[in-house]
Amino acid sequence: MSLLHWAILAPFILAAFVPFVRKKAPSIHTGWFVFVLPVVLFVSFLQYLPVTMNNDSVSKTVSWIPSLGIDFTAYVDGLSLLFVLLITGIGALVVLYSTYYLSKTKESLQHFYVYLLMFMGAMLGVVLSDNVITLYMFWELTSISSFLLIAYWFDRDRSRYGAMKSMLITVFGGLMMLGGFAVLSIMGGTFSIRELAAQAPELNNHPLFLLAMILILLGAFTKSAQFPFYIWLPDAMEAPTPVSAYLHSATMVKAGIYLVARFSPIFAFSSYWFWIVGAVGLFTMVWASFNAVKQTDLKGILAFSTVSQLGLIMCLLGVSSAALYFDSLDDNLYTAAVIAAVFHLINHATFKGSLFMVVGIIDHETGTRDIRRLGGLMSLMPVTFTLSVIGAFSMAGLPPFNGFLSKEMFFLSMVQLTELNLFQLETWGMLLPVLAWIGSVFTFIYSIILVFNVFGGKFQPEKLEKKPHEAPAGMLISPIVLAALVILFGLFPNLLSYSLIQPAAASIVPSIIPAGDQLYVNIYFWHGITVELLMTIGVVAVGIVLYKFLPKWIGLYDYFPGKVTLNQFYNSSLYVAERGSNSLTKAYMTGFIRSYLVYIFAFFIAILGFTMWAKNAFRFDASNTAPIGFYEAGLLVVLCISIVTILMAKSRLTSIIALGAVGYSVSLFFVIFRAPDLALTQLVIETVSTALFLLCFYHLPKLYRHEEKIGFQIGNAIIAAGVGIIVTLIGISAHSTKLFSSINEYYIENTYSKAGGENMVNVILVDFRGFDTLFEISVLSVAALGIYGLIKLRMEKGGEQHENK
Amino acid sequence: MEILMCMIAGLLFAAAVYLMLSKSLLRIIIGTGLLSHGTHLMLLTMGGLKTGTVPVLGENAAAYTDPIPQALILTAIVISFGVTAVFLVIAYRAYQELGTDNMDQLRGTESDD
Repeated sequence: MSLLHWAILAPFILAAFVPFVRKKAPSIHTGWFVFVLPVVLFVSFLQYLPVTMNNDSVSKTVSWIPSLGIDFTAYVDGLSLLFVLLITGIGALVVLYSTYYLSKTKESLQHFYVYLLMFMGAMLGVVLSDNVITLYMFWELTSISSFLLIAYWFDRDRSRYGAMKSMLITVFGGLMMLGGFAVLSIMGGTFSIRELAAQAPELNNHPLFLLAMILILLGAFTKSAQFPFYIWLPDAMEAPTPVSAYLHSATMVKAGIYLVARFSPIFAFSSYWFWIVGAVGLFTMVWASFNAVKQTDLKGILAFSTVSQLGLIMCLLGVSSAALYFDSLDDNLYTAAVIAAVFHLINHATFKGSLFMVVGIIDHETGTRDIRRLGGLMSLMPVTFTLSVIGAFSMAGLPPFNGFLSKEMFFLSMVQLTELNLFQLETWGMLLPVLAWIGSVFTFIYSIILVFNVFGGKFQPEKLEKKPHEAPAGMLISPIVLAALVILFGLFPNLLSYSLIQPAAASIVPSIIPAGDQLYVNIYFWHGITVELLMTIGVVAVGIVLYKFLPKWIGLYDYFPGKVTLNQFYNSSLYVAERGSNSLTKAYMTGFIRSYLVYIFAFFIAILGFTMWAKNAFRFDASNTAPIGFYEAGLLVVLCISIVTILMAKSRLTSIIALGAVGYSVSLFFVIFRAPDLALTQLVIETVSTALFLLCFYHLPKLYRHEEKIGFQIGNAIIAAGVGIIVTLIGISAHSTKLFSSINEYYIENTYSKAGGENMVNVILVDFRGFDTLFEISVLSVAALGIYGLIKLRMEKGGEQHENK
Repeated sequence: MEILMCMIAGLLFAAAVYLMLSKSLLRIIIGTGLLSHGTHLMLLTMGGLKTGTVPVLGENAAAYTDPIPQALILTAIVISFGVTAVFLVIAYRAYQELGTDNMDQLRGTESDD
């Protein structure tokens, strides 16, 4: 176990102590104890920066299940370090924020911090694992801890609904991803992602390649809330705001982004990858930004905005695979997409985290998140207002914030793609920048709504539950730090270029870096009057116009059919599945013994009949048979008459007596076929059985004393005839195919010499195969005891036991 | 003879299945009785019929009937007797407690508890 492994496990270990801390020190907010850990982890992971900046990596392995090749391999390169710093850094800020947000007395803090620490550890495990199985394990742990966090206020219906929805969707994706991992490791013969990436060219030509890719992408798309799996994210907003800020903006929803980035070196050579990841991302971006505008809940806007921004990053990751085709060029324009993706990933984590915290503050101070009840808070909450302006303008892509830069780079890479003659881009390529531009216009509109409908306009105190005022300083620290980063990264983007962006981009598309050289990352603030700048100006102009006339066209959303939404589809498919399986079970589980016997016998006939037919197994060979004698023929007739009598009998007494006749004929058969012991036993037992039958007959309830005729039932008769025919056919075939002779010679020779008896059957029963007899005796004893119990012991309705009553 | 015995066993099976599918509990138990008879006859037939004399050494015969199926059948007879006896007593107790032997009325579903 190296220090790296302990770092991943540290949150889990601390989680075990949180309940004790909460109990022992109830006067101090538990969050303060938790706060130490992410800070320590953040600082200690900063030490890896020099390593990754040289495009080196650190890898430490601990055997977990060595016989299956499953190791716990922690691997730090540029990409995982970027995510680790996001997770621990924003984790620390979120814990700090939550100490002020959650009440020390009213909330069950031990649950909150245990779940949050579990999540943090799981997330660290996801981004640091090199082994796909370990990655999957941590992946599911994030799903579970996120489920627990969403349903933190479990007494609310909406929370439980949102938690279940996110659980179902992300676990569905997780299981698909596990399937993809399994296929991939079968293709490559290893569980290690690095070893798989090393054999990427061979894997590309494997017939299972596309299957593995789609399954893994399903995992990534469900986790990162891409179309059409984004529907869980808006409902997950029932979670406490620190959870939304942490899980649903900065970390968990980026796990899918991480997965796509991590597996890019394996899949990115394929044009399917380019189109699936790129198109799904772009469509998600446009669709979610379009839908965000009509939301009235602040967290609803932010949820759709997160989906939209994740779509943007996903799209950039998809199209970045174009860069791989030009690795020979000195000035590779297409690397812009990779750099833009990584840069926007960082930017989004900063501004979206701060926006969620700002919304939490508004909720905390006014008692509502409804945009229609808020307004005019600018002068009442000046700090919060400033923070939300920074966050929202960065999200909208305005200078001088970091969102402006990454949006410019996004436009740039979209425009550049149209010049590419690859992946059928010459026909469809023009759509990419157009859609990107439309999505950005809507992003601009909802960002403006977020600021001006809350802080601008008229103050409406009568609609608010509380008297609003500025938040306590402690609650403002975290969003201030994040907003400061937004401006810092906006003004000095090259702070990040070589420390984080370049190593991460190198991990995503390794071949773009010439050996021994460095990727040239330089993000300019002012890069001249270019196409992308003109596009941004267009976004702002159109966005302002559309915002001005928003009340005029917001009614357009009502034209969208309310019944055909994805949520409706999700709910009704759950309903249909539930009702369908219920009615299916009700249809065949009738409760009648007869139905079940019919199923059993029908399967018996079908399976055995099919096997005999398919294997052509019927044999008929009458050469080795005994002759039919006079006595046998007579007995057969008696037996047949008795059987028919049982079937036709009008009274039960007749059928019981006919059953006795069958038993006696069978014992006579035993006489004829040279089995004296069997004949004796059969005679005695048939007598006793018949007596028992008569006893039962005598005790029939009075109600049923009058005998009723049992009608002939054709369905039963067909099944019965089928069973009889199958048994006969199998008997004849078995008798006609003797594969080897019997082992009875041994018994015949040794009955006297070894066992000292002359009656072979008895010697077999008590000597050669005495164990059978022992347990047959046990069966009889159990039967006797059971009968005694049935008759003697009575349980009254009340449950009291009266013996010998 | 063996072919004929297979058919008889098949007839016993068919009659047994027909009875087991009926409504009356007593007829179902009669069906199980017929089923065990059919099975025993089938076991005996598969061992070969009339291939020699009674499997007792004192006979000094040249060939004996196969003793193994006979031992197996003897065990099976005793066990099926034990099971039938328990069945019958259960049926008797069911009559006593529930007042019916109609399987359609002895129907239980999940919602009944």
